[in-house]
Amino acid sequence: MRVLALAGRRLAASLPTLLLILVGMFLLLQLAPGDTVDALMAQMGGGDAALAQELRRFYGLDLSVAERLGRYLLRLVTLDLGFSAIYGKPVATVILERLPATLLLMVAALSFAFFLGLVLGVLAARRVNRWPDTLISTLGLLFYATPSFWFGLMAIVLFSVHLQWFPAGGFYEVGSGLTGLALTLDIAMHLVLPTLTLGLIFLAIYLRIMRASMLEVLSLDFVRTARAKGLTETRIVTRHVLRNAMLPMVTLIGLQAGTMLGGSVVVETVFALPGLGRLAYESVVQRDLNTLLGIVFVSALLVIAINFLVDLLYAKLDPRIVSGG
Amino acid sequence: MTGLRIDNLAIRLPKGGDRTHALSGITLAVAPGEILCVVGESGSGKSVTASAVMGLLAPGLMVEQGSVTLNGQDLLALTPEQWRTTRGERIAMVFQEPMTALNPLMTVGRQLAEMWIVHRGLSRRDALARAEAALTEVQLPDPAGALNAFPHELSGGQRQRVMIAMALALEPELLICDEPTTALDVTTQAQVLTLIRDLQRRHNTAVMFITHDFGVVAEIADRVAVMQLGRLVEEGPAAQVLKAPQHPYTQALLAAVPPLNAPAARLAGSGEPVLELDGLTKTYASRGIFRRRKPVRALDGISATLRRGTTLGIVGESGSGKSTLARCVVGLMGLDGGAIRIAGRPLPPDRQKAAHLAQMVFQDPYASLNPRRSVGAQVAQGPIAAGTPRDAAWAEARRLFSLVGLDPDSVRRYPHEFSGGQRQRIGIARALAMKPEVLVADEPVSALDVSVQAQVLALLRELQAQLGLSILFITHDLRVAAQLCDEVVVMQNGRVAEAGPVAEVFTNPRHAYTQSLLAAVPGRAVLEG
Amino acid sequence: MRALKAFFRSPPAIIGLLLVLAVVVMGLVAPVLYPNDPLGLAGRPLQWPGANPRFPLGTDPSGRDIAAQLFHGARISLLIGFVATSIAVAIGILVGALAGFYGGVTDTVLMRVTEAFQTLPNFLLLLVLVAVFGSTLEVVTVAIGLVSWPPVARLTRAEFLSLRTREFVHAARIQGLPDWHLIFREVLPNALPPVIVYASVVMAVAILLESSLAFLQLSDPNVPSWGNLIGLGRSVLRTEWYVSAIPGVAILLSILGVSLLGQGLNDALNPRLAPR
Repeated sequence: MRVLALAGRRLAASLPTLLLILVGMFLLLQLAPGDTVDALMAQMGGGDAALAQELRRFYGLDLSVAERLGRYLLRLVTLDLGFSAIYGKPVATVILERLPATLLLMVAALSFAFFLGLVLGVLAARRVNRWPDTLISTLGLLFYATPSFWFGLMAIVLFSVHLQWFPAGGFYEVGSGLTGLALTLDIAMHLVLPTLTLGLIFLAIYLRIMRASMLEVLSLDFVRTARAKGLTETRIVTRHVLRNAMLPMVTLIGLQAGTMLGGSVVVETVFALPGLGRLAYESVVQRDLNTLLGIVFVSALLVIAINFLVDLLYAKLDPRIVSGG
Repeated sequence: MTGLRIDNLAIRLPKGGDRTHALSGITLAVAPGEILCVVGESGSGKSVTASAVMGLLAPGLMVEQGSVTLNGQDLLALTPEQWRTTRGERIAMVFQEPMTALNPLMTVGRQLAEMWIVHRGLSRRDALARAEAALTEVQLPDPAGALNAFPHELSGGQRQRVMIAMALALEPELLICDEPTTALDVTTQAQVLTLIRDLQRRHNTAVMFITHDFGVVAEIADRVAVMQLGRLVEEGPAAQVLKAPQHPYTQALLAAVPPLNAPAARLAGSGEPVLELDGLTKTYASRGIFRRRKPVRALDGISATLRRGTTLGIVGESGSGKSTLARCVVGLMGLDGGAIRIAGRPLPPDRQKAAHLAQMVFQDPYASLNPRRSVGAQVAQGPIAAGTPRDAAWAEARRLFSLVGLDPDSVRRYPHEFSGGQRQRIGIARALAMKPEVLVADEPVSALDVSVQAQVLALLRELQAQLGLSILFITHDLRVAAQLCDEVVVMQNGRVAEAGPVAEVFTNPRHAYTQSLLAAVPGRAVLEG
Repeated sequence: MRALKAFFRSPPAIIGLLLVLAVVVMGLVAPVLYPNDPLGLAGRPLQWPGANPRFPLGTDPSGRDIAAQLFHGARISLLIGFVATSIAVAIGILVGALAGFYGGVTDTVLMRVTEAFQTLPNFLLLLVLVAVFGSTLEVVTVAIGLVSWPPVARLTRAEFLSLRTREFVHAARIQGLPDWHLIFREVLPNALPPVIVYASVVMAVAILLESSLAFLQLSDPNVPSWGNLIGLGRSVLRTEWYVSAIPGVAILLSILGVSLLGQGLNDALNPRLAPR
């Protein structure tokens, strides 16, 4: 219960942050040259000024900035994100259609990066300054330096074009009519390369943090106590060191959530995944500012939700948090 | 031969250090049922000796020659797997820092139960039952509750009891204690020492007790070994070493222990008041909207007076509020109530004006100087900010350096080039540069070795005589207070328990708390008797 | 001095330094080796590397010299990386120092703003900024700086929080020294080493952000950029994959160099096993 109360307080504290983002973003977008109507008109192949004015009135673009901001925030409370002129649907609908692919990709990439990073970090720390450590640390450096979009393209060349192990893009085989388990498997096959691509840099970060954290914890007094107790090295690592060393990793999930969401823009574009990131890219290109603002709002909510979960996890791992020590 | 035997042990240091060996030619023995105290200052090699016996030498250290045997078995020949079954089972250890020696994420019960699970193969339930019995034996209040507690929910003394329970869990033949009471308050220390001695008698354990404190030695030792720079300089029965030390180094160390009996009343009570504290209150309230904490009354109506040219001691244990008091007097913290008057005027809120009224000497010689600026600059910066021309301020810094016994040419150097004692001298020079009305000294010698401590105390006395300093001296160490202070205030939980001339308070304590503090000072019976 | 010696004794630091120097030299000699516009038509499109001695790294789908774009691209990567990093580090230190030193309301307000920036995915914010202000070189550089400062602020704040209660800072305060002295003379010099090391991470991220933006064809189209070239290569990926592959290696080696340099600095500036 105290854990929940604590996380709830953290959640409440993020409300002003959310408001700050929305107001900032809304005002920023007012500076944009051209609005949705301009974009719409361009798409329709031009039109006269009267039509433009009518459209502006229709979309409420003729009001003052403060009024529009107020209206926008009021509508957000009812989760009404506005209407996308480009897609011809409510923004909320467009985003909801795109959310599953992004969520799936993020969960997959995070799990891949977290667990492999954990294992490699532990291995490197247990063999510090010997060849397994050197190998793992070098790989970590290389992964960190690899631009994800480039890695994605090269993976397509190798695994899709030459070896033909995995599909080169898309979320599932369109028109194959697959259902149930077969569809799940098909989606999984489509997600392998995007997951590797998005997760690579986070794998590098996690393994580096885990290695450093392990070395740090191994030098602490209570590990010396554990040695003095006559515990086996395995027991010392699994029972005493691991949980302590994982704390910075868990913190990092929350801090990196936004970066990962940003990374999905590029990865989803490379692999033509119908996700939130590619939607963001498309709305920038098409100047669909309503949709862009909606994506910003949903992304912020997503990051806050992830941080909420991370807080819960952290409080579960570290009893000192709850007692406020 | 039973018990622990160390024969002609030599341990090499890695190349490039200031000496080649951490230990050379150490020969020691501890018999079952006996407590051997290994005494020395920092760098004497006493902790390396303990690590060597435990088989936990720091990387880079190497046994060059000699042998270590426990009840006839050669410890240095053990394989790692044999070491693992020996540690905890036959040799156990209690460390200095109770705050960090336990895993913060694991309950006390599970950490304790591990001993029986790993070494005896007991089930978790049986092991927890044993753990509860062990916690009862070390007299922890509510042992059943402590099983489910996390380390941060226990006090330092309680954690050290848990460590002792853990060490004695499997009735080891040898117990190594590495400064187990150094981090504890004096009354807690007395309780823990009694506990160790009782349990050791009951289980007939051989104990190797590492300490720097001759008071503790006098309390607990059967025999004493004195170490200096990796060598054994003297060894013998406790009574003999403490009463009739043979080696000059032992004699010097014992002479440096400040006697608890204060010298006969000095000029106390003559001068006019220079610092007046009147009903000071300070509460650490809950801060922020989202975090609630129990408010703590750090100061609860403190009144005291320091007279010009004298020293007023503020003594008490941790949590008594003595450090908060020091911080309030120099203006680092605001008061909730009451008034501070220095030289008749209230403490001004303006930092620069207050600088000439009160200055402070800090506890930690390593944290109290900025590592990235020359020491002279740190002494001269205060006067320069107050308007003294740069050249004059530097000249003054050089003069102050020679006044506190440092080479005036060393003003251009950086803090890392100085020893702990020298750094405290620099700290004193920095405070004196502002020519303050009151010098606040917050535990200025508690981080120093006993011989260095004696030198710094002597310096403070000299400076007081020479410059007529008025000193507010904060300390937890009653021996130090007895040596330096004219009057003393005993603080407990933010209140004044007792106040008066030091000779009177220490020889004739009226308050029960003062009495218990004095009774807990280690080694009183032997060293003063 | 000791730090410098330690730096030059570490092989990763040397490799990092050499890689970074190589990119700098590439940028410096670009106008000499390739005086013509690297974005101009140079020859027949899509010639494989080595097929034509005039184009050792081949030509792209528009018939431009890949090697020329690579050399000129080094200038852009370094320029954007360096300027954006300077902006991010300057903002980050300022925000972090004020928040950490003063605490209280100042800290709460500044940290809320920092949190807002961190809650917003930085690449998304970058997209919005570019969408609003256009994608000229200047806008892209400043925008990358603007989205990269929060971690620097957090790091600086953490250092300040732990340093401001250090006894030597108290001592200077009691000596009557003003806040600016405490911040810039006492605390900042001690807080700087980890921030300098972190600047290498910021620089690596800045290079990565610019190339990602260019890859999506949202960066300045009028300057040669490695990311841009990779994006152009997508259309011919199945057959002429070298168009995308070559500039990617350049990005990888630059970021690797910057990272190794940072790691070397870290080992030299924050030695763990240094004798006290």
